[in-house]
Order: sequence, then structure tokens, then C-alpha cells
Amino acid sequence: MIPDGLRYSREHEWVKAEGDVATVGITHHAQNELGDIVFVDAPAVGSAVTAGAVFGSVESVKAVSDIYSPVSGEIVAVNEALRDGPEAVNADPYGSGWIVRVRLRDPKELADLLDAAGYKAYVEGGSA
Amino acid sequence: MPSDAALKRTPLHALHAALGARVAPFAGWEMPIQYSGVVDEHMAVRTKAGLFDVSHMGEIEVRGVEALSFLQWTTSNDVSRLADGQAHYSAIMNPDGGFVDDVLVHRFGPQEFMLCVNAANSGKDARWLQSQANDEVSVLDRSADWAQVALQGPAAGTILTEALGADAPALKRYRFRRADLFGAPAIVARTGYTGEDGFEIYIAPQGAPALWERLLAAGRPHGLLPAGLGARDTLRLEARLALYGQDIDATTSPLEAGLEWIVAWDKGDFVGRDVLARQREAGVRRRLAGFEMTGRGIARHGYPIRVAGAAAGEVASGSYAPFLKKNIGLAYLPAGHDQAGTEFEVVIRDAPVAARVVPTPFYRRTP
Repeated sequence: MIPDGLRYSREHEWVKAEGDVATVGITHHAQNELGDIVFVDAPAVGSAVTAGAVFGSVESVKAVSDIYSPVSGEIVAVNEALRDGPEAVNADPYGSGWIVRVRLRDPKELADLLDAAGYKAYVEGGSA
Repeated sequence: MPSDAALKRTPLHALHAALGARVAPFAGWEMPIQYSGVVDEHMAVRTKAGLFDVSHMGEIEVRGVEALSFLQWTTSNDVSRLADGQAHYSAIMNPDGGFVDDVLVHRFGPQEFMLCVNAANSGKDARWLQSQANDEVSVLDRSADWAQVALQGPAAGTILTEALGADAPALKRYRFRRADLFGAPAIVARTGYTGEDGFEIYIAPQGAPALWERLLAAGRPHGLLPAGLGARDTLRLEARLALYGQDIDATTSPLEAGLEWIVAWDKGDFVGRDVLARQREAGVRRRLAGFEMTGRGIARHGYPIRVAGAAAGEVASGSYAPFLKKNIGLAYLPAGHDQAGTEFEVVIRDAPVAARVVPTPFYRRTP
């Protein structure tokens, strides 16, 4: 459950870049660890995000988990469907469970992230 | 030192692993937190049934010629009103009017009682009670001698009857009976911590696996799911059942906690009664109130509260409520700001989020 064609952070977020806009979410591994997700907190459209910094949180019944932006830029869209349907993050983390879209300030940051093979090795306990 | 080595395991530990349970430390025990998911398990208990391993809970035996008067002195409720084979919810009181623990007192007879106590408190409770006892009462911590499973939900009665056949006692709410199940001594009680109908079954540890497997097999066709401590917490919160260590502790009185119904004012003197009487006279200065979030956010234990613009303590318990599909909680609010409709704020990650006091219980089962 680590699709090719995406980039991954060590904090278990994925990024799908299309031109200078990137869609961001959390990975299958992350949603599985969290259990039933009941709340997603993301900043408003127009907010700035910085690679490596906390920009929101995902909450399961039992726990709050920070989400770290894998890229720097400006939020251009937030997935409003997660407001009433946060469970989409569990059911479809790479599709309808997307969290924000970011206009990238520096597309070269994507190279700092892991590819699918690298993330797979990271999750399975190897180093990447 | 590997921390897991110090954790106690229940007799059902291997069965939980086989079911794919996620486990975590709780009160010194390795306990199943969830199997198929907290929401799934919560909804199963509300609509069909759930099966919980609660073997971590403590059991304290109180026996002797003066057992009854001893419990009248050390607990808040009136044990003389219990019939043999009946249980009630009560507080082991401290001299400051606070809780040593909240407990279920089971009366076998006037000289024989069993208290079901919180897992984290069994040693403390036994030592406290022993310090209050004389030679005519014996207080024994029997926690190691009992495993316990809880079968909870509207289908619980049907499942128990099918699982145990002729051995299934016909019990009314808060009644219990001894039984012999799978060759092991047992106590079947119609009690629970979920707000649903159900049973808590105490059984000698060697009988626990067979009991669990039989209940699970009989229950699956009825929609029974194994359920863990995650769902146990969300269920009890919806039903406004207190959790020691979050909602009540040594510094909170039953009056402040909204539990005056377990205080038997007319039974005679008991530990802490004088403090409670003064509190009743003067009026409590704070009260444990139920609330729901009106702004977007989940209130959790420890989050700061603001009332009328001023800091006012912290959330006692708070969570997403899976059946109600709302974010709810409990908090001590100052007298005058604790009535239904009062608006206040919970500070969530440094931002105030609106909340409103609501009547409790948040959820009540339809008979």
C-alpha cells in the first residue's frame, strides 16, 4: 500500500506533485497505526506551510497525531469532505482522504523526500 | 530492562493475540485496546453485543461478624439495604470526603461481601480498608484469584443463555449468583460499565479461556464482537460513568462529582460524612458537568478550560462519542456556571473552542 509515483516523508505523509501544485495526505501505514480517524485539523486556504513543520493534526478516538508538511508553500485547497467524513482518511488515504493542496514554493524539496521503494524500506525497518 | 517484562497478562492474553488485538499497558497490565476498531466495537455494544476482558479489575473480599458495619463505616452507600445476591455502586471514602475508589459492592450475606475495584487501586484499597478494620473483619485482596469478562449489549441476555444453557442464571439488574462454569468457580452479575444491559462474569483464571471462547462462539451469530479498553472508555463516557483518576479522585467528593445518589445520609456515620454534610450545607463550589463541543474540536483529559474569560481548571474526560457522533466531555465547572446551556471554552492546541454544558447522561438506553 505504497503507490509508485508519490513522494513520501519520514513522518508518513505522501505528496503527489502535478506541476507546481502538490496534494498531501497521510500514508496507509499512518492511518493504520492511528485507528479510526474521527477528526482532521488543517489550516485555512492561504496559509503558509514549511517543509518539516507541523501544520495540522489528525485525531483518532484515542490520540492526537501531528501532521508535518512535507513541502513549503501556500495552501490552495483543503479537503472539506473530511469535516463530516474523516473516516475517508482510513478508507482511501491516497485518494478521497487527501488533506490539503499546496502551491509549491520550491519544487526541488521533492527530491529530499523518499520514493516508494525508499519509504517501503523505511517502514519495514530499514534505513533510507 | 524491557518494560514489557513487568506487565501482568490476563489468562486470555493468547486469545487476544490470535484475534489480532492491539495491546497496550494499562494499570500495570498488558490489555487489549481494540480488535476491529474502537468505533466498530462501540457500535456493536450499543446495537448487538461486545465481549471485554476485564481481568485486570481488582476484587477485595470482606468477611466477618462485623463485615456489614465495617462497610457501612468505610463506604458511602447503605449495604444494609442490599439483599443477599445484590450489588450496588458506592465509594470507599477518605476522611476528607473524597474517593479512595469507586466500587461495586456485592453482598453474599451479612458477613460476606466482595468489592470490585479499579485495577490501579486494588493494593491501595486493600491497605486502606485493612487499616480501618478490627479483629472481627477480614479484608483480603483476591484480585489474583479472579479473571473477569464483561458481556455487554442488547443481545447479552440471549447470548448468555445460549452459551451457558441451563447454567445461565435468570438475574435481574444488579443481582448476582455463584456458578460453576467449565469446572471453575464463578460469579455471574448483571452489572456493567457501558450503559447497556449486560453481565460481568468473575471466574477462576483456569476457566477464563473456555468461558471467553464459548461466549464468543455463541455470540458471533448475534453480532457479538470482542471489544477492548478503547471502546470501554467511549461507552462509559456516553453513559456518564465516572473514571477514577480522571473524573473522581481523593480530592473530589461524591457531591461535587454528581454522585450524591450513592451517599446514604440516613444510615449513620461514615468516613468523610462530616465533610460532605458541611459541603451540602454550604453548597458545592464546583460540579462535574457534562458538555458537548459546539465549535470544531475534540476536548480531551487535561485540556485547559476558560469560563467567563478566566482559566477554570481542565477537562476531566473528553472524547469523540461514536454512537452520538458528537464530541463530548466532563469537567468540574464553578457553581453558577455548571447549569445546562452554560457556554464556555476548551483550549485546544492554544486556541479556544466553544463548548456548552448539556444534561447527562449523554446517552441512555431505551428499555
